[in-house]
Amino acid sequence: MTDLDVTADVLVAGGGPAGAWAAIKAAEAGADVVLVDKGYLGTSGATAAAGTGVWYVDPDPAAREEAMASREALGGYLAARSWMARVLDQTYANMNELAEVSRYPFPVGDDGRQIRRGLQGPEYMRRMRIRARRSGVRVLDHSPITELLVDAEGAVAGAAGYRRQHDRSYGVRAGAVVLATGGCAFLSKALGCDVNTGDGALFAAETGAELSGMEFSNAYAIAPEFTSVTKTAFYSYATFYHADGSVLEGAGSTRGRSVIARTLLSERVFCRLDQAGEEIRQAMRLAQPNFFLPFDRQGIDPFAELFPVTLLAEGTVRGTGGIRLTGYDCATSVPGLYAAGDAATREPICGGFTGGGSHNAAWAMSSGTWAGQAAARHARTLGPRAARRAVTGAGGAGLRPTGAGRAGHREIVEAVQAEVLPYEKNYLRHGDRLAPALASLDETWTRARQALRADGPDVVRARSAAAMAAHARWMYASALARTESRGMHKREDYPGSDPAQHHRLSCGGLDEVWVAPETGRPLAVAS
Amino acid sequence: MIEIVARDRCIACDKCIQVCPTDVFERGDDGVPLIARQGDCQTCFMCEAYCPVDALYVAPVAHPLPEPPDVTELAERGLLGGYRAQIGWGYGRTPGARRAIGPVLPAASQVIIS
Repeated sequence: MTDLDVTADVLVAGGGPAGAWAAIKAAEAGADVVLVDKGYLGTSGATAAAGTGVWYVDPDPAAREEAMASREALGGYLAARSWMARVLDQTYANMNELAEVSRYPFPVGDDGRQIRRGLQGPEYMRRMRIRARRSGVRVLDHSPITELLVDAEGAVAGAAGYRRQHDRSYGVRAGAVVLATGGCAFLSKALGCDVNTGDGALFAAETGAELSGMEFSNAYAIAPEFTSVTKTAFYSYATFYHADGSVLEGAGSTRGRSVIARTLLSERVFCRLDQAGEEIRQAMRLAQPNFFLPFDRQGIDPFAELFPVTLLAEGTVRGTGGIRLTGYDCATSVPGLYAAGDAATREPICGGFTGGGSHNAAWAMSSGTWAGQAAARHARTLGPRAARRAVTGAGGAGLRPTGAGRAGHREIVEAVQAEVLPYEKNYLRHGDRLAPALASLDETWTRARQALRADGPDVVRARSAAAMAAHARWMYASALARTESRGMHKREDYPGSDPAQHHRLSCGGLDEVWVAPETGRPLAVAS
Repeated sequence: MIEIVARDRCIACDKCIQVCPTDVFERGDDGVPLIARQGDCQTCFMCEAYCPVDALYVAPVAHPLPEPPDVTELAERGLLGGYRAQIGWGYGRTPGARRAIGPVLPAASQVIIS
């Protein structure tokens, strides 16, 4: 028993766009829905604090074909046309709902039509909260879940969590659970990402769920040094410089980002947005006012002056790895458990190349919709007996230590960060550096599993620390297993791609991590 | 990071306590929020956007400043609530989303819109 016990047909964990869509669509399908978030539905996660393009393409066959073909090669041909087509359809429908149901104030073009290819995070998520509440969704803010509950057959039957602003535990018994807890950026302070510590992947793995694509986890975003504001796309107008003002050859926001990473290992890198003309400058300001906060508030003119930049880890937030899905309903391999948004693998539409921005935004609203609808259907088949099932908590590390001693969450977080944040380990990948990093992470996991313990609100931090340790191990085990370069996963020791490795990699396990080629449905290849 | 809760502006509405995604604030005895866990601040500027009376200031750096900035000077520079104004929230303003027509990015960067 907890301090607050709730029952629902569907529990949605996570209040970013994927969770919000899941909750709304489950409620519209007739389910009684509870949404819980670590922070606040409306401000939590990578989208709310930012602005994003959306993969919104008119239903014109040629345009759709071009949209699907454009990134297949970048993704290493690991995406699937069948999924892309469905996501394009669903995203088109949801964006139109945003205009018509939520009255999102899209800009209007010269032709008098609304331009529905982008969203400002604060406005988008504020309106999603309103719609969720109007749909009858019960919302618990500042109430992270700390573990999933499973029934005697191993099906997911709810979750336990902690209400941070009430200092109380809570539990939700539900017919189905949707995990929309985001990816993992390892507390790098990349914009809006500190709530994204990979918690959902840990909770899912503890019930036996599998992950996929965890080698595609080396996303780094450009930000002015010492700030949080990541908006890499705008650096396409940048020139990068050494401290002495000479141009840093080969550096760029897209293909030349590894040059920046390599240079940052030994010296500071400077930047000036000197390729943006006056019209572009004004458009940048209208599109992304938050991009200018670090400059305006520090008295820097980014178009005229050099300013130092850094690269912030975005892990699986802008990588594509996550919980493996078994079908278009966004089910996982565990009955009653669904995944959506960045918590799920985005390989179905991105393959092995970052889903940053437009694709992830499209994926969040599409997968959220499908997971919410499927969770509602699943709960309906169970009926009222769903809440009467005997359940046990599936949580391990950070919740139920197996040994003596006492490890704190800070110690675990620092040990994990030391292996996943450095560019020479995660970004500029080489087997000689990945293997010892994984060995160190295995030790950290063992320590966390045995001795990480916490009380009250610190349970949330302990679980996040454990989740980061687990996430990092799946990442590096997968990165070592893929002995080639494909998508964003580039190995210095295996620079070419290997046709024999043209498959996705599944992984999982906690005390013992495993990686294996995905079997089953063959991948769609480029025509 | 969050640096300022301007006491003379704050109306103790609890909005920032509610919306901060990393739960940085605590309610003070007199209702004015305290910055209780500054180290958890992720510099996302959301509290500033939601404050109805422009009482908050988030410094643009992701570490605490050695000294909190001077409130009067921030007010004079229009920085208190500056982000809220830019996204067009607040009475009588046009939502920033309505005007958000971004630049056409160079072809080479079309693949990364993040």
